[in-house]
Amino acid sequence: MPRKSVYKAEIEHIQVMDENGVIDAAQSRNTLSDEEILELFKFMQQCRQLDEIAFKLQRSGRMGTYPQNKGQEAAAIGTAYAAKKGQDFLVPCYRENAALFMHGLPMHYVLLHWMGDERGNQIPEGVQQLPLCIPIGTQMLHATGIAWAFKMRKEPKVALTYFGDGATSEGDFHEAMNFASVFQVPLVFICQNNQWAISVPRETQMRSKTVAQKALAYEMPTYQVDGNDLLAVYKIAKECVDRARGGGGPSFIEAVTYRLADHTTADDARRYRDQKEVDSWLGRDPLIRLRKYLETKDLWDETKQKAHEEKCKAIVSEVVKTAEGIEKPSFDDIFDYTFAAINPELERQKRTARTSSLGQDPTQVGLSEQPQPA
Amino acid sequence: MPRTDVMKQKGLTLVDAINEALEQEMTRDSRVVILGEDVGANGGVFRVTEGLQKIFGKDRVIDTPLAESGIMGTAIGLAMAGMRPIPEIQFDGFLGPAYDQLTNHAARYRTRTRGAITIPLTVRVPVGGGIHAPELHSDSPEAIYAHTPGLKVVMPCTPVDAKGLLTAAIRDPDPVVFFEPKRVYRSFREEVPEEEYTIPIGHAKVVSEGTDLTVVTWGASVFECLAAIDKLPEDVSIELIDLRTIYPIDLDTIVQSVQKTGRCVIVHEAPKTSGFGAEISSLIQEHCFLFLKAPVQRVAGFDTVMPYYKLELDYLPDAKRIAESVTQTLAY
Repeated sequence: MPRKSVYKAEIEHIQVMDENGVIDAAQSRNTLSDEEILELFKFMQQCRQLDEIAFKLQRSGRMGTYPQNKGQEAAAIGTAYAAKKGQDFLVPCYRENAALFMHGLPMHYVLLHWMGDERGNQIPEGVQQLPLCIPIGTQMLHATGIAWAFKMRKEPKVALTYFGDGATSEGDFHEAMNFASVFQVPLVFICQNNQWAISVPRETQMRSKTVAQKALAYEMPTYQVDGNDLLAVYKIAKECVDRARGGGGPSFIEAVTYRLADHTTADDARRYRDQKEVDSWLGRDPLIRLRKYLETKDLWDETKQKAHEEKCKAIVSEVVKTAEGIEKPSFDDIFDYTFAAINPELERQKRTARTSSLGQDPTQVGLSEQPQPA
Repeated sequence: MPRTDVMKQKGLTLVDAINEALEQEMTRDSRVVILGEDVGANGGVFRVTEGLQKIFGKDRVIDTPLAESGIMGTAIGLAMAGMRPIPEIQFDGFLGPAYDQLTNHAARYRTRTRGAITIPLTVRVPVGGGIHAPELHSDSPEAIYAHTPGLKVVMPCTPVDAKGLLTAAIRDPDPVVFFEPKRVYRSFREEVPEEEYTIPIGHAKVVSEGTDLTVVTWGASVFECLAAIDKLPEDVSIELIDLRTIYPIDLDTIVQSVQKTGRCVIVHEAPKTSGFGAEISSLIQEHCFLFLKAPVQRVAGFDTVMPYYKLELDYLPDAKRIAESVTQTLAY
């Protein structure tokens, strides 16, 4: 018998607005209006300001380790804007703060998290998202389960989950993709391919030419977009969210972007990557192209920029004040959230936490009257 | 599996009782779903979920892809979104791939979100040796999960206890690891109340009262201990405690008993070092030191890999080893 082809596929790369802020007219349908672009540009700057201040807080010893989001905001905002706030559900890793803020997370929560306070994860009632997920690639399974519950209950909701290029090497990534595909859950997988997993570049992480092609194995619609192009990200994300909401199952988006900063404040990327590479990406910063576009449309200028920068500084300054003004958690918090109701052993440990005999009956160490053997 | 008149006459096995608890909870609460490998059409490899897919449909008794981390991780997501998932992990030895999801996520979420997001799931796992099963089908990993803050760990060994504890686990607001001693699955029947009921998690059971020595055990070892007690002279009075819940431990029941008897032997299938018997022994010296008449003894599995089945009965604590330990502790 002659051999025959049983599978053929191709991956599309989508860009709507180039690095110079020029829109490709053929691609510009179903994207954002100028008013929307302006609002999202302003919001993006506010998120960038928080990111820069968070970095400074760490450097000045006022906050612990922090992973900067700088340069990746278009991927976060474009996808989150395609989802319905208060209805759709975001499942992040830790480099898409802007998406979380857009869907209602007060900005100081993220600072609180990195300041070593679990209350930064105490997502307010009505905000539809999980907190930051520190281990790599585990959260996509949670997103799959959440989306699955929406499907079971026939709720018109969609989940969106974020992860990096490195996470696609994890087994949980593939299990999540497979479960989502098999059960056709309303979920959008969003890979922020920022080229680096700490010190390991994408081409060492995988032999695959694209991250997007990994979704072909799970029979999912899959796209590679310019992740620094807000319009392209939004356009494709909207398509995926709408399809999921309509019962069309999961999709995959590879947002090609770049980690302009170190992995975290505990990292020094100069040890492993060439500054020339970083420099080559500086011009592709999503903020730069949006500003160029808005300026050509006479919607933005240096005066507006200055005024907005001042506004962002004031907002972020308040956010920092809020985060730093929150008093240290109480000692009891260590015990009180382990279970819905504290159990006797934990109660004993809580009671004796400051003694030399943790959990022990004080009578056994002669501290008070003790029952004697008969 | 609906009850038949025959079953009523003969009582239920452990498998029947668990199946009945699952059916009643699924009937009672539409949020309850079962997911796992072969749990649907096949009714589970031990037939614990037999018939449930017919009653509740494929959307509530779900045959999943073969991926334990996937089962656990998606169950966590379902729980986060307000469902009451009951993932089944087919055998104790297959908990490994799900370990990260269970311990680093299910167990921690209430704490790390300060109560904002909770994980009410019950993971069912057949546990322990003695059924001539292949490799990695006979382990007893309960201490690993008892050592994980945020998990409750349950291991009933009778149909009545299993039904009541499983019902309690499913209704519990936190993640529960529900170990089912597979050696006991069909080893005997007993009368089980037909209506739904709960047995609270965290309460041990005094199987037989006694005054000379306390035996603390759980799972299939309860029956080895009963056989051991039968071997002892009639004038020896043994108090046998079936822990039923590993964590949170019922300290009061153990302490009351050991303060009365002054002697204790702990029996479990899991390896001795860092087995849960070590914790119990420590608790006894913390709370009963002045009452002890003899060192606390442990009869346990060895610090070895569980052998293939030709040697598994040489590995598992049996009535003879237990009776010897009791006799020596009494003579101390």
